[in-house]
Order: sequence, then C-alpha cells, then structure tokens
Amino acid sequence: MNKALSGALRSAFGAAAASVVLAASNAAFAADPIKIGVIAEAQAIAGASIPQAAQLAADEINASGGVDGRKIEIIGYDNHSSSADSVRAFQRAVNEDKVNVVIASYISEVVLALEPWASRLKTPFVTPGAASNEISKSVHADYEKNKYTFHGYLTSAALALSVCDGAKDLLVDKLHMKTAVIMSEDAAWTKPLDVGYEECLPKVGLKVLDHIRFSPDTTDFTPIFNKIEGAKPDVIITGISHVGVQPTVQWKNQQVPIPMFGISSQATNETFGKDTNQAAEGVLYQGVSGPGVAVTPKSVPFAENFKKKFGNYPSYAGYTAYDEVYYIADAVKRAGSTEADRLVDALEKTDWEGTIGRVQFYGKDDPFTHSIKYGKGLITGLMLQWQDGKQSAVWPKDVAKVDIKFPSFIKLSN
Amino acid sequence: MRAFQILIDGFAISALYALGATGFTLIFGVSGVLNLSHGAIMVAAAVAAWAAASVLNVGTYAGALIGVAVALLTAFATYFAVVKPIQDSRRIPNEEKEIFVLTGTLLWGIMIQELIAYFFTNNAKTVLPIVEGVVEILGVRTPKNEIFTAIVCCLVIALLWLLVNRTRTGKAVLAASMNPRGVTLLGLELTNIYIVVWAIYGILAGIAGVLLGMFLGVSSYSVGPLTASAFSIVVLGGLGSVSGSLIAAFVVGYLETLTAYLVSPAYRTIPALLLLVFVMYIRPQGLLGRR
Repeated sequence: MNKALSGALRSAFGAAAASVVLAASNAAFAADPIKIGVIAEAQAIAGASIPQAAQLAADEINASGGVDGRKIEIIGYDNHSSSADSVRAFQRAVNEDKVNVVIASYISEVVLALEPWASRLKTPFVTPGAASNEISKSVHADYEKNKYTFHGYLTSAALALSVCDGAKDLLVDKLHMKTAVIMSEDAAWTKPLDVGYEECLPKVGLKVLDHIRFSPDTTDFTPIFNKIEGAKPDVIITGISHVGVQPTVQWKNQQVPIPMFGISSQATNETFGKDTNQAAEGVLYQGVSGPGVAVTPKSVPFAENFKKKFGNYPSYAGYTAYDEVYYIADAVKRAGSTEADRLVDALEKTDWEGTIGRVQFYGKDDPFTHSIKYGKGLITGLMLQWQDGKQSAVWPKDVAKVDIKFPSFIKLSN
Repeated sequence: MRAFQILIDGFAISALYALGATGFTLIFGVSGVLNLSHGAIMVAAAVAAWAAASVLNVGTYAGALIGVAVALLTAFATYFAVVKPIQDSRRIPNEEKEIFVLTGTLLWGIMIQELIAYFFTNNAKTVLPIVEGVVEILGVRTPKNEIFTAIVCCLVIALLWLLVNRTRTGKAVLAASMNPRGVTLLGLELTNIYIVVWAIYGILAGIAGVLLGMFLGVSSYSVGPLTASAFSIVVLGGLGSVSGSLIAAFVVGYLETLTAYLVSPAYRTIPALLLLVFVMYIRPQGLLGRR
C-alpha cells in the first residue's frame, strides 16, 4: 500500500477514533447524575419524610429535564437514629458512592457528629431538621474548615422566637394568659431553645413559673404533669421531639387542664393523630408549613403530591428536605459544577422561594453562619393546632384558617 | 395530697410490673430459662393491639384480645424456634445450654424489635384505653384507666395463684419447678408442662403489654428497658420465686414513683438499681430466693 495513503488513512482513522472517544466522554459528562446522599431516620415519624420528600423533588426535577441535562440521583441511607451509623453512612456516601452533596437527619446530636466529617471529606452537607445553635455557630467559629455545613432549618434560638411571637398574639393578647411552665426534653437542641424561651417569654408577657427538663427516656409523665399543675401556670410551653406520643396521650388521659403550646416535632407529622388515638386534639405546635397552609404557592401542591405518593402528609423535615433538593439543584446550575468549594459559594448565595418561605443563608459575619434566615418576608414559621383529627394553621393571621379551640378538659384560667 | 398521689400512682405501676415479672419468673422457676426476649413479646402485644384497634378499626376489646393472642403466639414461637432446639441439641454441652438460651432469646428479642420498628416505625404507640375519663380519689384526679389497669393486674395474679395451687395442671407445674425428675417419675410428660408454662407466660406477658400500651404507651425502644426491669425485679425478689417477684415489683414500683415525685423524674430508675446492687451484696439469692 502507498505510504502516503496509509498515513492519510491512519490519521483519518485516528481522528475518527478520537472524536468518538470525545463524543462518548461528552455524553458521559452530560449523563453524569448529580448524586445526593440522604441519611435519615427512616423509622421515626419526623425522619421518615426526609428521604421521601427528597426523592419527590428529584423526580420532579428529572421529569422536567434535570439540571443542564444532568439527572438528580438520590441515594438513601437509614441511620437508625444513631450518630455512629450516620458517620459510617456519610463516609460510605462520599468515598464509595461518590455523592456530591449530603442531606442528613433531624437530630442535632447526629448533625453535630457529621459536621466534622463534612469538613474532613470536603462535602457540602445540609440538615433539614436539626435545630441546635451549635451547628451554625461552629461554621462561624472556623469558617474555612466548617463552611461545608449548611443549616437548612431554623436554629433553636429562632424557633424560640417563633414560638414567643406566636404566643404573644394567640395566648397573651387573645386569651390574656400571664404565666407559663417550660417543659422540655434533655437534648442538645433544647439547651439553646430553653435559653431562648427564658429570655423571650417574659418579654411577650408570660412569666416563667418553673422549668422542667426531663430525660428523653421518660415513659411515665404523671409526676411531671403533676408538678406543672402544682405551679398553676396558664400554659405549658413545650420543647419536645424525641418524645411526643406518650406525653400527649398521658396529658389527655389524665385530663391535665392546661394547654400545651410550643415545639412538638412529632405532632408535625400527620400520623401523629393515629399514633396518639387522637389524643393530640387541641395540641398547639410550631411548624414551618403544614397541610393546606399556603405559606408560599409551592407549599400546598407539595403537601398534596406527597400525600398522594406516600399516603400521609409530610413532617416538618419533609418540607425542608424537599426545598433543599431544589436549592441544591439551583446552586449546581449557578455554579456550573458539582465541585465542592464552588458549590458552597453558590449555596451561600441561595435565594430560593420554597415550601417554607424564602430561603437565604446568614453570611460569614453572622454568629449563625449558614443557617437559614428568620424574619418577615423570609421564614417566620407558624403555629398549628390539631383540630378534629386534622392539623390546622392558627397563626400568623395571613395563613390562619381557624380559631384556636381546646378539648373540654382544658380549663382556661382567664 | 401528694402522699395519696404517690400511693395511687405507685400502686398502678407496681401492679403492672408485678404482672410483667410474674410470667418471667415462672418460666425460670419451672424450666430454668431466662427469657431475654420478654420485653419484645410485651411490645409486640401492645403494638398488635394498637394496630388492630387504630389501623384495622376492630374495636378496643377485640384489639386487646388480638394483642394477647399475638403475645401467646410469639411466646410459643420463642419456645419452639429458639429455646427447645437449644435444649434438645446434642452438640451443645449441657452446662453451656443456659448461656445459649440467654444469647438465643436476646437475639430473638432484637429481631422482633427490629421487625416492629421496620413495619410500625420506632415512635411510641398507645393502645386506646378500654375505660376513659377520670375520677377523684382522695382528692387526686386519677384516670379510670389507671384503676382498671391495677384491678386487672390483681385479678390476673389472683387467677394465676388459683391455677397453680388449686388445679391439677397447676400442681404439676409447681411440682416441676420443685423437682423435674420427680415429675417425670410420676408419669407426667415434662414437655407438656413446659408448653403449659409457656402458654401461661404468653398470656401474662400479653396482658401486661396491652395494659402498658394503654397506661403509658410503648415503642420498639421499650424492648430493652422492659426486659431489664423484669430482670431486675425478678433478681431482687429471688430468681424463680413468684411471691418474691410480687414483693420486689411493689418495692421497685414505689421506689421509682417516690423518686420521680420527690427528687426528679429524670432519676426515676436509679435508686431501684442501687437497691438491687445492695441486695446482691448482702443477700445474693434475692429477697425470697431459694438458692
């Protein structure tokens, strides 16, 4: 064969081969999914909604073409509510499953255990439901190291403010209540919550008569309710998440005549009614959204789609997890990459209207760096009440559907 | 006022502990088995009663019966699938069988616990009380359900006493606990006696579980603490002694209630555990133990 011809052939062949390889790698790049690891308490009322809501968001984004042609893939891990299991899941997610971002847990202890791992493995990490102030305080204290962690839910300090704001309108102004007893479980997230309560309740006009912290293992709440009744407060301000069903049922069975108002994470999930045999009737709890509550135009469609798919309305952490997948996708789009540091930069600039309000993060100079901003026009939270077996919004006025009402055993003192 | 409160609340919780521990000690007394899946069986009963009444809407009474039936079946499963194969095994040396039974029942309990968490989540469930409402006793607002719990516990324990002391089957059970070889020499089949004892145990654990579900509520997390509380009551009372367990149940129940009211609910279980350690020190066989 002619040498020149063979050379031409060879080079043509080479070019063709190279272009095939290039095209293939381009196609691979386009099809490379954005992987989000979801580590959650699949067996707990509040945690079960997290992977479900994340999957729902991913399905919706993928159905409309993904992010610049890239699909979102959710990889789920059940952490059995354990910090040790969560850390192992985080390591596996990053090292073996090569996830780009992690969404994890509603338990502060778990999130605090994962935070250093997000720093070590340089993987952006968002929590949909933990509340401890320490999560974002650590980011502030050592920004360069801990900047990978984002707090996608209100801090305990903000939660306390939200409860106090609600209490002022509903309890002090409307029902003329004057005194309160704080009842909270002994856990990382309630320490700053209680500090917040102690500070803001007197400011809104509720004198704190007593403060009861109990072990999350408590099963018999009779002595606790007894002690509270002895102090004769107008209201019990709650800070409970690990417990919920048992105190609520015993409150009703013992006909404790004082209303409960505050944070009760388990009450945010629709299955709470059935789990308590409807003893939840009259319980007032803080939420970031709820069934039928149009916090934003996205809230109600999400809750309804969730119910259609999974049979019940999501817990509070379902709303936040759903929003998180969306604003992570938005950040990837803006960053044009899933590279960790660029993603962190993009996440910091988040301005996303989700199901719980408008999500923005506090900056480097704020003490709660990377926590979602609390306030009017952003996220204020709301108060809901279990009424006739359903969760109804009662505060603030613009979303409230009904007035508060209590079961007959509640004796309002004013 | 507070004294009456402690008296009333303590009685209900003690009666419930007594019922839970009686079956546990009976099994040990008769067949030498320490059943560490005890808590799991109680929780299974309560969750089944909850599921039947609240999810399948069969009603409170039917739900409670289903709960007890589930405990009975689980108790038989424990015996036939875990305990008996170990006892019959020729590959396990006799002196090691006890430790195999301990490990086997412990693992079995964990399996039941995980199944419950998988299917029904690990959040607490409460069984709809058979009687609702409250009454004033000596100025203490007491849920009727609490009184109901105490009455049922006492009745069941009384029935058990009659069964053991006044019927032929009961006497055989009693004899087997004293001298198994003697019973076989009298022509009674020891296996049949074991089956009777496991049946009694299943019913007792079932009733205790359902009542606990009505009174305080249970979750899959309760499995460990329930086994531990039955175990410490039985050790305190003397392994295998039913009357010892009854006394110990009331000691522990009242000690816990006193602590919860007078010190802090957070330290509820600590004094009872300290007492257990103390009794082990000065009287290793327990309050009414035989060995």
